[in-house]
Amino acid sequence: MAPAAAGGVAKTVAPPPAPRTRKSVTGTRRTAAALFLLPALVLLGALVVYPIGYSVVRSLYDRSGDSFAGVDNYRALFTDDGIRTALRNNVVWVVFAPTIATALGLVFAVLTERIRWGTAFKLIVFMPMAISMLAAGIIFRLVYDQDPDKGVANAVWVGVHDTFAESSAFPRAHPGRDSPLRPAGGGAFVTRAAVHSGETVVLPLVGVAPDRMPDSARNAVPPTPEPGKITGTTWQDFTRGKGVGTLAGVDPGELGYAGMRIEAVRDGTVVASAKAAPDGTFTLPAAADGAHLRLPASNFKEPYNGLDWLGPSLVTPAIIGAYIWMWAGFAMVLIAAGLAGIPRDLLEAARVDGADEWQVFRRITVPLLAPVLGVVTVTLMINVLKVFDLVFIIAPGSSQDDADVLALELYRKGFSEDEPGIASAIAVFLLLLVIPVMWFNIRRLRREVRR
Amino acid sequence: MTAEAGRLGRTAPEPARRPDPAAGPGRSLGARLTAAVGGGVVRTVLIVVALFWLVPTVGLLVSSLRAPADMSASGWWTVFGEPSRLTFDSYRNLLDNPDITDSLVNTVLITVPATVLVVVIGSLAGYAFAWMEFPGRDWWFLIVVGLLVVPVQVALIPIAELFGTLGLFGTVFGVVLFHVGFGLPFAVFLLRNFFAEIPRELLEAARLDGAGELRLFARVVMPLAGPAVASLGIFQFLWVWNDMLVALVFTKAGTQPITVALQTQVRQFGNNVDVLAPGAFISMVIPLVVFFAFQRQFVTGVMAGAVK
Repeated sequence: MAPAAAGGVAKTVAPPPAPRTRKSVTGTRRTAAALFLLPALVLLGALVVYPIGYSVVRSLYDRSGDSFAGVDNYRALFTDDGIRTALRNNVVWVVFAPTIATALGLVFAVLTERIRWGTAFKLIVFMPMAISMLAAGIIFRLVYDQDPDKGVANAVWVGVHDTFAESSAFPRAHPGRDSPLRPAGGGAFVTRAAVHSGETVVLPLVGVAPDRMPDSARNAVPPTPEPGKITGTTWQDFTRGKGVGTLAGVDPGELGYAGMRIEAVRDGTVVASAKAAPDGTFTLPAAADGAHLRLPASNFKEPYNGLDWLGPSLVTPAIIGAYIWMWAGFAMVLIAAGLAGIPRDLLEAARVDGADEWQVFRRITVPLLAPVLGVVTVTLMINVLKVFDLVFIIAPGSSQDDADVLALELYRKGFSEDEPGIASAIAVFLLLLVIPVMWFNIRRLRREVRR
Repeated sequence: MTAEAGRLGRTAPEPARRPDPAAGPGRSLGARLTAAVGGGVVRTVLIVVALFWLVPTVGLLVSSLRAPADMSASGWWTVFGEPSRLTFDSYRNLLDNPDITDSLVNTVLITVPATVLVVVIGSLAGYAFAWMEFPGRDWWFLIVVGLLVVPVQVALIPIAELFGTLGLFGTVFGVVLFHVGFGLPFAVFLLRNFFAEIPRELLEAARLDGAGELRLFARVVMPLAGPAVASLGIFQFLWVWNDMLVALVFTKAGTQPITVALQTQVRQFGNNVDVLAPGAFISMVIPLVVFFAFQRQFVTGVMAGAVK
C-alpha cells in the first residue's frame, strides 16, 4: 500500500512506527516557515477557531445579541420541546446507527473473506458512500413511499404480509337496491331468507371498483339447481355503462366474485362453507339446508396497505435504515482491512486445535479486531451526531418534528426561527460531545510526533 | 479496497482432500464441513444482501426513466415487464431547465477551487510541519489535528455573520472559503504524515545542490506526493460536491449548487418525482464515476478522513 495509505489507515487502524527525528534539512529561516504556514493558519483561525469562540460567547447572549443571558440558552436545551425531541432522537441515533452499521460491517467483512466475488460485493455495499446524503435521501423517499404500488419497502412488506395473512379481494362491496342480502354486523352480509337444498340462491353485490376485481374473475353464470344441494352465484350485479341491468339477475358482462367465501349459518354456527368459482358459482351440501348464507367480513376488509414508514412513530428508524445503507460499507471496509492484518497462523492454530468456525470468530477474530471495531463505532458516533441532510430530506413536513435531531434543530433555530443564541448553545453542546474524541486523537498523535 | 479485498478473497483455501494437521496450515475436518455446508448459505445471504443494497439505487434510476403518468400508476419494478416504456424525457426536461443547469455549473465552480485550494494550502502547511523548524511546531500540528472533529455546524452562524459583514454571503467564493477552512485539518494531517515518510537523503541531496525551501517543496516533495494528493483530492472533491448543508446556508438563488436546487423540490415530494429522480441521478453521476475510477484512493481517503 502506498505511504499515503499507510498514514491514512494509521489514523484509524494501527499507528505507524514513530518517525525518526526530522530536523530541518535547510536550516529554515522562520520567515519561510511562516509563509508556508500562513494561508492555512489564517483560514483555520478565521473559519474554524474563531467560530468556536464566537459560538461560546454568542450562546451566552439573548436572541438579539445585545444583553447577557447567562445560561438561559443552555437551559432551553432541556426545556424547549423541539430540542428535547431532537436530543431524544439523537440518543436513539447514537445508540443504534453506529452499532448496527458496525455489526453489519463485521459480518460482511468476515463472510466475504472466503467468497471469490467478495470484491464485487464490497463494491456494491460501499458504493453509497460516494453519493450525497441528498441523493440518498431522495432514493429513500422513493423506497419508503406509503403506496405499496410505488414504494418498494411497502411493496415487499405487503407481499410478505399477504402471504401469511388472508387477503381480501372485495373491499367496499355491499348489497345494492332490493338485495336478498342484508348487513349482519361487523362488515358481513347475510341472506334475508333461509336456503333449502335443491334451490338456487343469488348473492349479488355492488361497489367493487373494476380495477380491484380479482384477475381470475370471469363472466358470471346463473346458478343451475341440483338435487340435494344448494347452488348459487355471487357476482357484481352492475354493468358499467349499460344502466343497472336486471336487479338480482345475472346479465351478460357482469363478473363473478371469484374466490368469495360463503358460509351457511344455522343457529349461529357455520354448518357448511364454500368458495366461489371464477364465474361466481358455488355449491353447498345438503347440510346447509335451512341455513342462512353469510358472506363473512373477511371478504370485504380493506386491503392491507403496509406500514407508514415516514409517519411519526417509524420515521426515525426508517431514516436510520437509510443511514446504515450508506455507512455499513465504511465499517465493512475498515474492518476488512483490520481482518487482513490478523496473523493467519493464529486462526489456523485454533482450527487445528479443533475450534469450529464460530469459536474462531468469537474467541479470536473479534477480540483481535476489538480496536478496529472501537474506532469504527466511535467514528460513526461522531458522524451520527452531525446527521442533518438525511433527516432534512427524508422526513416529510408532517413528521419532521418527530424526526428532529440536534443538527437539524440548530439549523432551524439559527436560520428559520431567528434564535441565534439557542442555536449557538446547541453548537457548543455538539462540540462538547466530540471533545473527548478530539482529546484522544491529540493524545495518540502526541506520542508519535514528539521527540 | 481492491487490493485488500483481492487479497482477502484468496486467503481461504478451497476445501479439498483432508489435510494432515501436522503438514502445515490446513483446516480441521469440522471447519471444512462447516465451509462445505455453510458455503451455499453464505453465498445466498450475500446475494440477498447485495440485492438489498442495489435495489434502492436501481429504483431511483428506473424511476428517473419513466414518464410521470406511469410513475403515479404503478411501481417502478413493473417496468421490467415493458421496458419499451422507458424514456429520457425527464432528463431532457431537466436539462432544459436553466435553474438546474446553472446549479450544476455552480457545483463545479464551488467544487474545483475548493479542492485545488485545499491541496495547495494543505501541502504548503504539511511540508512546513514535516520538514521545517520553528518554535512550537508540534503543538501547532496537534492543534490542527484537534480541529479534525469540529462539527461544521459550529461554524454556520458565526461565519454567516462574518460573511455578511464582509459581503461574502451568498457568493460562490464564500462557500469555497468555508469548504477550504473545514477541509484543511484533514489535508494538513494527511499530507504532513505522508511528507514525513519521504527519505531524508532525498531532501539533503537537493539541499546540497543549492535548492531553497520553495524549490525543495516544488521539485522534490510535491512530485512524490501523487498518492497522497490523489486521496486527499478525491476525498475533498466528493465531500464538497456532495455537500448540501454548507451551501444551503451560504448560497442564494443564482449561486446554489445542484444539491440545494434539488432540496427545494423535495418539499413538494410526490408530484415531482420526474424532477427529483433524474436530478438526484445527475448529481450522483460524477461521484459514481470518480468512485469507480479511483476506488483505491477513495477508500484510503475515506478511511483516513472519516473522523470529519
